[in-house]
Amino acid sequence: MVASVHSSGRGRAVGSTLANVPGSPLLSVRNVTVRFGGIVALNGVSFDIAEGTIVGLIGPNGAGKTTLFNCLSRLYQPTEGDIKFQGRSILNAPSHAIAGIGMGRTFQNVALFDRMSVLDNVKVGCHSVSGAGFVRSALGIGTRAEEARIEARARELIAFMDLLPFQSMPAGPLPFPIRKRVELARALASGPQLLLLDEPAAGLNHSEVDTLKGQIKRVRDLQNVTVLLVEHHMSLVMSVSDKVVAIDFGKKLAEGTPAEVQRNPDVVRAYLGTEAHT
Amino acid sequence: MSTPLQKTAIAAAQAVNDLMRKGAVAVEPAPAAPAATPAMDVATDAPAMRKRSRVLIPALLVLAAGSLVLFGGKGGLISDFQYLQLSLILVYAIAVLGLNMLTGFNGQISLGHGAFFALGAYTAAVMIEHYNLNYLATLPAAAVFCFIAGYLFGLPALRLEGHYLALATFALATAVPQILKYKHIEGLTGGVQGINLIKPEAPFKLALSSDQWMYLVVLAMAALMFWLARNLLDSRPGRAIMAIRDQPLAALTMGINTAHYKATTFGISALFVGIAGALHAIIFEYVSPDSYAFSLSVAILVGAVVGGIASLPGALIGGAFVQVIDKYADAATKQLTAMVHLPIDLEPWTIYGILLITLVYVMPSGVAGGLAQLKAKWKRR
Ligand SMILES: Nc1ncnc2c1ncn2[C@@H]1O[C@H](COP(=O)(O)OP(=O)(O)OP(=O)(O)O)[C@@H](O)[C@H]1O
Ligand SMILES: [Mg+2]
Repeated sequence: MVASVHSSGRGRAVGSTLANVPGSPLLSVRNVTVRFGGIVALNGVSFDIAEGTIVGLIGPNGAGKTTLFNCLSRLYQPTEGDIKFQGRSILNAPSHAIAGIGMGRTFQNVALFDRMSVLDNVKVGCHSVSGAGFVRSALGIGTRAEEARIEARARELIAFMDLLPFQSMPAGPLPFPIRKRVELARALASGPQLLLLDEPAAGLNHSEVDTLKGQIKRVRDLQNVTVLLVEHHMSLVMSVSDKVVAIDFGKKLAEGTPAEVQRNPDVVRAYLGTEAHT
Repeated sequence: MSTPLQKTAIAAAQAVNDLMRKGAVAVEPAPAAPAATPAMDVATDAPAMRKRSRVLIPALLVLAAGSLVLFGGKGGLISDFQYLQLSLILVYAIAVLGLNMLTGFNGQISLGHGAFFALGAYTAAVMIEHYNLNYLATLPAAAVFCFIAGYLFGLPALRLEGHYLALATFALATAVPQILKYKHIEGLTGGVQGINLIKPEAPFKLALSSDQWMYLVVLAMAALMFWLARNLLDSRPGRAIMAIRDQPLAALTMGINTAHYKATTFGISALFVGIAGALHAIIFEYVSPDSYAFSLSVAILVGAVVGGIASLPGALIGGAFVQVIDKYADAATKQLTAMVHLPIDLEPWTIYGILLITLVYVMPSGVAGGLAQLKAKWKRR
């Protein structure tokens, strides 16, 4: 959809010169275990994500889906196991380096910069693919071109997410479904290779879910973004995903095509008695 | 030891904390209707305000320089004393601006910025007194020292949030006057006595008094500092600074090295305040440990709250508040007591407290915010 905002030697260009090992998955989660004191939030979970696919991650409440996301964002450190992105372990990278290597995410409860405008929120999403520092910015020297690219990229995403009427409004007081779109635009701003979406459909009505479905597909098709989608909204996951991974109590129950996973007896059992949205 | 001043300080810290928190509840689903509370309405208006300050600053400059031509000159309408007052307002405005960068835009509270003001002031005084440096040359030195000091203080402060950070900075503010009195550096600092300076004369045989000349110097510095602040806040690092204030975890996942940014913002904030301190020493011709007591830190914080947290023009209002209050609160309280024949003796700073409480209630987003709201109401009619 658009050229990278990137100008200086920082950011994505560095990552992409270290090209992906051919044939290896974009993301590979190996035996990841996370313990919080006595709670085992994730228990030896493994799966792969191939480039250009949409993978759904499902599981009842408390299954460990968000915990896995936080491991990928390097907000949590796994007790055991490894996570490889483009064939390289990320477990030594600081959390602020994750955006730069090509992973973007949204949050289950929407974490926007509330007092900043929608436009500025999306611009912050360009942080990892731009490089203007304090001194140059304060003096206003040599930052204009990059600032213009950031501006253009942000406006493009705002248009893509139908946010034009809101762009100069503060993000905080906006209605929930709009805030979710702002967050998605912000996550796309850096042009991530892997996009992690934590329950993007929660709180949306029927037609909004349909729009979202179209947007996720377009993001994959037009920008070649690989997507890992956590969702309770079954019809959404099952219709957009190339592959579905199901977990419960931190353990992987099943992995396969949407049809296979839906038929899996363990998955059916896990969802019986819990509120399975269809 | 709990003086009324400390109580004020703690109340102010609380108020700032609350103000900052109001914008930072992203984890809660937002209300359905986009009905902002008045306080938020203004706090978020920062970009618009910054646009306005693009006009405001040059306009003020021209006005100020013009006033000098019209009313200045030896024996002009504005006395030297009044020029000094104007300079002090601008100096405090720079300090308030510096604190605002940290507290208003980055969400880190400080009750100790008087310490950086003192460091800047002493840097200037010591360099002029002992090294015979030109007073203008001391400004970059004060900037560098204060940036380093602020950055170093900001690093461990990264682990502290809200009230704990307030406490740590409070300790800093109370320690500095004691350090300045320390026996073994008396040769440099002049101990309790402090250092007396001589006010610089206007160069090039200009027909200006020292106070008029220094007013121009301070005005130019204030314009420079506001310009730098506005540029910075309007840029990639500026957005990162505000993102950290609103949602530190999300900022991290956007690729912002939050630790580095917070410490650097602390340094920049100290740099601004340090320059204010250096200018203060030069125009006041005097530094002493007790000029930089804890009350100064409180005054700067109160100035930031009164002018408007996270508002650039508000810093100017805040600077004026600090100066005017510093000068007249005591006298005004006495006058008030006499006027209404109060049967009790009011504490000297009572009017300060009354004013502060009134302002915080009437204009919760500071004077700049309050004015913006009034203007918005006016337009809607
Ligand atoms: N920081 C933490 N400290 C302690 N326990 C935690 C922490 N984060 C998650 N947990 C626990 O780990 C388990 C998995 O939580 P997680 O949030 O990953 O579930 P989830 O699959 O995202 O659920 P939901 O569908 O409700 O969002 C839960 O039992 C939760 O209480
Ligand atoms: Mg979750």
